[in-house]
Amino acid sequence: MLEVQDLACLKGDRLLFRDLAFRLQAGDLLRVAGPNGVGKTSLLRLVTGLAMPEAGEVRWQGESIRRVREAFHGELLYLGHLAALNDLLTPLENLRFATSAVGDAVDEEACMQALVRIGLGNQLDLPARVLSAGQRRRVGLARLFLSAGRRLWVLDEPFTALDVHAVADLAATLSDHCAAGGMVMLTTHQDAPFARPPAVLDVGAFAC
Amino acid sequence: MLSTFLAVLRRDLLLAWRGRADVLVTLAFFIIVVCLFPFGVGAEPNLLRAIAPGVLWVAALLACLLSLHRLFAQDHVDGTLEQLLLSSESAVLWVGAKVLAFWLSTGLPVVAVAPALALLLDLEQGGLPVLVLSLTLGTPTLALLGAVGAALTLGLRGGGMLLALLVLPLFVPVLIFGAGAVEAELSGTGAAAHLLLLGGGLAGALALAPWACAAALRISTE
Repeated sequence: MLEVQDLACLKGDRLLFRDLAFRLQAGDLLRVAGPNGVGKTSLLRLVTGLAMPEAGEVRWQGESIRRVREAFHGELLYLGHLAALNDLLTPLENLRFATSAVGDAVDEEACMQALVRIGLGNQLDLPARVLSAGQRRRVGLARLFLSAGRRLWVLDEPFTALDVHAVADLAATLSDHCAAGGMVMLTTHQDAPFARPPAVLDVGAFAC
Repeated sequence: MLSTFLAVLRRDLLLAWRGRADVLVTLAFFIIVVCLFPFGVGAEPNLLRAIAPGVLWVAALLACLLSLHRLFAQDHVDGTLEQLLLSSESAVLWVGAKVLAFWLSTGLPVVAVAPALALLLDLEQGGLPVLVLSLTLGTPTLALLGAVGAALTLGLRGGGMLLALLVLPLFVPVLIFGAGAVEAELSGTGAAAHLLLLGGGLAGALALAPWACAAALRISTE
């Protein structure tokens, strides 16, 4: 269970939001909403532990994520704005590295299947620099198929640059993860066909 | 644990191979800097012989400095660094793997061509083994110390210049004992003391630099 208490975020010398609190339980899908610049991405980075909050605490299973960092990061999948793709490597090499670097033992066959499933079967051997924006996004999203064991998925604008089919597939994948007891927290500006409507957290309501 | 280390090491070596032009530029820089000295100070063999260890060491140090900014820059820009910081494995592991890959792809070639350049400067052949040994012990220390500087200056405007200002003073002891080892060997006093100090410096850097580097990377990506 993820619990956020009295969170405040300072960007430069400006307080973006304060007293932000919410709770995420097994099966929850939370959509973080708000206009541009309100601090949605900053909130996701605070939740993952990549950034330090100005005040407040993020707790995983009742413990501060600072104290249980390794256990928490073992359960977390974060896909940010940046796709974490190296242009000199192929999608397959990028995906294999992305999974093995975070400590998941995934073999090449499984990575290949994940890429085929996400619709990159014909681009397995191309260097990532020739991929389109949507295809680059898909390489990152292929990790979802290999990360069912990670309970908390934190996704920053996962639907950006995807076509209609891919959006529907992704929404189904996220709904399935929640149905299996996972937790999903995401930001998006577009409507996606989730199995049931997600809870909405409006960061604007906590703005300073 | 080992799988994270090996995955990062294998990827960085593969990237060094795919982008080998960068590696060759570093090596060419090293060779050219050494070759500039006979033009500058004159082709007097006695003089060149006397300054050879120092010239080779300063050139190796500058070549290392020149390529240091590449160590984390690409991973920072494309988001790989964020993912590595979210690994449940200790950051020390993959920082170590990255520095090792960096040394294998930039330090080792410099060590390999150094004897040929030493002959160009007419260094006595008795000094060659000590030169190679001192560079083998010293350049990994430079890479480890430099990695901390590269992590601290990551993403800063004008970070390259700041990086030089930060790490060059730290490189001085390595330079003194590295070049001193060859001179001590040739003067007959033996290089053991210098080499032991270089080895001690490497052990110290191995023990401390990856931790400092991991902490600096956390700050830089925040």
